[in-house]
Amino acid sequence: MKHILAVLVENKPGALTRVSGLFSRRGFNIENIAVGETLTPGISRMTITVEGSETLIEQVMKQLHKLINVIRVSNLSAEPSVMRELMLIKVRAEVGNRSDIQQIVETFRGKVVDVSPNSMVIEITGNEEKMEAINLLLEHYGILEIVRTGKVALLRGSKITKEA
Amino acid sequence: MKKKLTKGSVMILSALHKEGVEIVFGFPGGAVLPLYDQLYDDPIKHLLVRHEQAAVHAADGYARVTGKPGVVFATSGPGATNLVTGIANAYMDSVPLVIITGQVPKSFIGTDAFQEADITGITIPVTKHNYLVKNIEELPEILSEAFYIASSGRRGPVLIDVPKDIFDQEAYFDYNCQCDIPGYKPTYKGHVGQVSRAVKAIRDARKPVIFGGGGLIRSEASAALCDLAETAQIPVILSLMGLGAYPGDKPLFLGMPGMHGSVTANYALTEADLIIATGVRFDDRVTGKIESFAKNAKIIHIDIDPAEIGKNVAIDIPIVGDVKLVLEELVRKLRPGDTADWLKQIYTWQEKYPMPLGACSDDKGLKPQFVIRELSRLSGKNTIVATDVGQHQMWSAQHFIVREPCTFLTSGGLGTMGYGFPAAIGAKLAAPDKKVICISGDGSFQMNIQELATAVHNDIDLTIAIINNKYLGMVRQWQDIFYDKRYSYTSMEGSPDFVRVAEAYGAKGLRAANNKEATDAIEQALNTKGPVLIDFIVAPEENVYPMVAPNHPINDIIIGGDQE
Repeated sequence: MKHILAVLVENKPGALTRVSGLFSRRGFNIENIAVGETLTPGISRMTITVEGSETLIEQVMKQLHKLINVIRVSNLSAEPSVMRELMLIKVRAEVGNRSDIQQIVETFRGKVVDVSPNSMVIEITGNEEKMEAINLLLEHYGILEIVRTGKVALLRGSKITKEA
Repeated sequence: MKKKLTKGSVMILSALHKEGVEIVFGFPGGAVLPLYDQLYDDPIKHLLVRHEQAAVHAADGYARVTGKPGVVFATSGPGATNLVTGIANAYMDSVPLVIITGQVPKSFIGTDAFQEADITGITIPVTKHNYLVKNIEELPEILSEAFYIASSGRRGPVLIDVPKDIFDQEAYFDYNCQCDIPGYKPTYKGHVGQVSRAVKAIRDARKPVIFGGGGLIRSEASAALCDLAETAQIPVILSLMGLGAYPGDKPLFLGMPGMHGSVTANYALTEADLIIATGVRFDDRVTGKIESFAKNAKIIHIDIDPAEIGKNVAIDIPIVGDVKLVLEELVRKLRPGDTADWLKQIYTWQEKYPMPLGACSDDKGLKPQFVIRELSRLSGKNTIVATDVGQHQMWSAQHFIVREPCTFLTSGGLGTMGYGFPAAIGAKLAAPDKKVICISGDGSFQMNIQELATAVHNDIDLTIAIINNKYLGMVRQWQDIFYDKRYSYTSMEGSPDFVRVAEAYGAKGLRAANNKEATDAIEQALNTKGPVLIDFIVAPEENVYPMVAPNHPINDIIIGGDQE
């Protein structure tokens, strides 16, 4: 099963290396990782997607917690949470099929953020299924390049992932 | 009060004074020159080794004996990379160390400058934490954090990499030994509910065993362990790292478990209905085939490191906390127990399966087991043993009677050949009143043989016992058993005459090839001041038994060899 971990880390040099290094050296499979600042200066939040059994995830969380720069680790998959990812897709778009593409993008509530004589760049936000679905549809026109941010997630409701 | 600006090198030595550091182990070089210059006039002692690896091992030996962090200085580049094995060794065995390395000046970092190595990058996986000092203002906090992290929670090595220019820069120096690190809050007190569950489990158990490890020694839990064992009449099994936490000559002690453990310890773990695991990490050398390990037992696991609980073996009652505090809590809540039937069973095993004393016939040469037993008998109490890695290490664990904590120093996790001799030097500096014996092999000793110079120059009073079988004995044993006696590159043919090597360095060298010579040499060595090396020429093909083949159940034992 896939688990989404929210990891609050002190924004110190090497913190990201310590976290990512831990995954490779302990043989944990990291699916994706997204990092950004939080409301508190000096503290960053990593959202890490890991595939594995309950026992493995428990071990991953404990090992992460052992890192001195890691302040808190929580498993967002254990509770209701919202998860999003942003993707930019560059798709081949000739004059004849632009409006078709435009329609697909609107259906998925995406945005066209760049147009050139024979291509378009589309911005799309959502969960994994949505990303896969639009990719499948756009493949027909020819996808030139994609880039994804990795997943970010928050707990639903007013509960927050606190630092202490 | 007007604050005074302080130089980086002065800050480091002031921090060492405030932390009660008496000795530094190290080796100077270009990038660390300003620090060594400051050390020149400082009352803190410095042991100059002949290879940086030995500095870490010596600091490690010192730390294991005193319980205080061992401190190491080394230079950048090769000086720092030479430390890595020693650091990894200390990390695996949870030994507190603070290592300070010089680095190329800040403006040169990342340019592949002369003697530059990314030592913080290299040591992330083998340190509890590490730092690269980027500006002088953060140095005081880093120093106090390093000592705090190394010596609290699950102990471990911490490295601080200091660019050369930082040593000479100045800032205000406020040193506070009390640190508050948001991501580091070790749990010391055991959870009350879990402790109660453990008490109940111990009361209900009919065949309980205590299985203790290095955590008992680091948390100074020996007295609590003895109380628990004796109050509830529970036999004690100690891992290699735990030897000494319970007196090796008491009737409730069953020896070491696992690959070369006693038959009784392995049978007891297999038959037990309750295992009280304290400060252990269920290493593969202990558990054997994990699926068959302790199938009949409920397991209580007490450890300061939550990540150890449930890592290798499923645990019924986990208790995160300081082993000593938790054991004391258990003792307070326990009533005297009666395990007479279980102990009767155990003593039957002990009688039936004593430690084998060697299979090779007497004409094949001196038996290594005899040498270890004589070392144990003649040195008596008040002795510290440091071993290297291999057959002699296992024979030492089996036959040397370890009575007190912090007196059996060995590379348990990493299995570092070359650890023993420098660790023995560190141990002697930590405990000048104790006899110190380094038990080594002809293979292991050559991995840090250069430290004879350190020992002689500093007049370190210790005995070096080389169990010389002219092989990398443990590897040869595996080739013997699992590779059809194809002794691929395990012969140590070409080794020097160790007696003459010792003499060349200015130490005393003795040789023993039979029982009488062995006894005489040990007596002479123990009564001689300064470093004495004894080259014990032992039967070359003696194997360590009992033995559990890797990934076999621990009750599937090759008993092997003649018995006592």
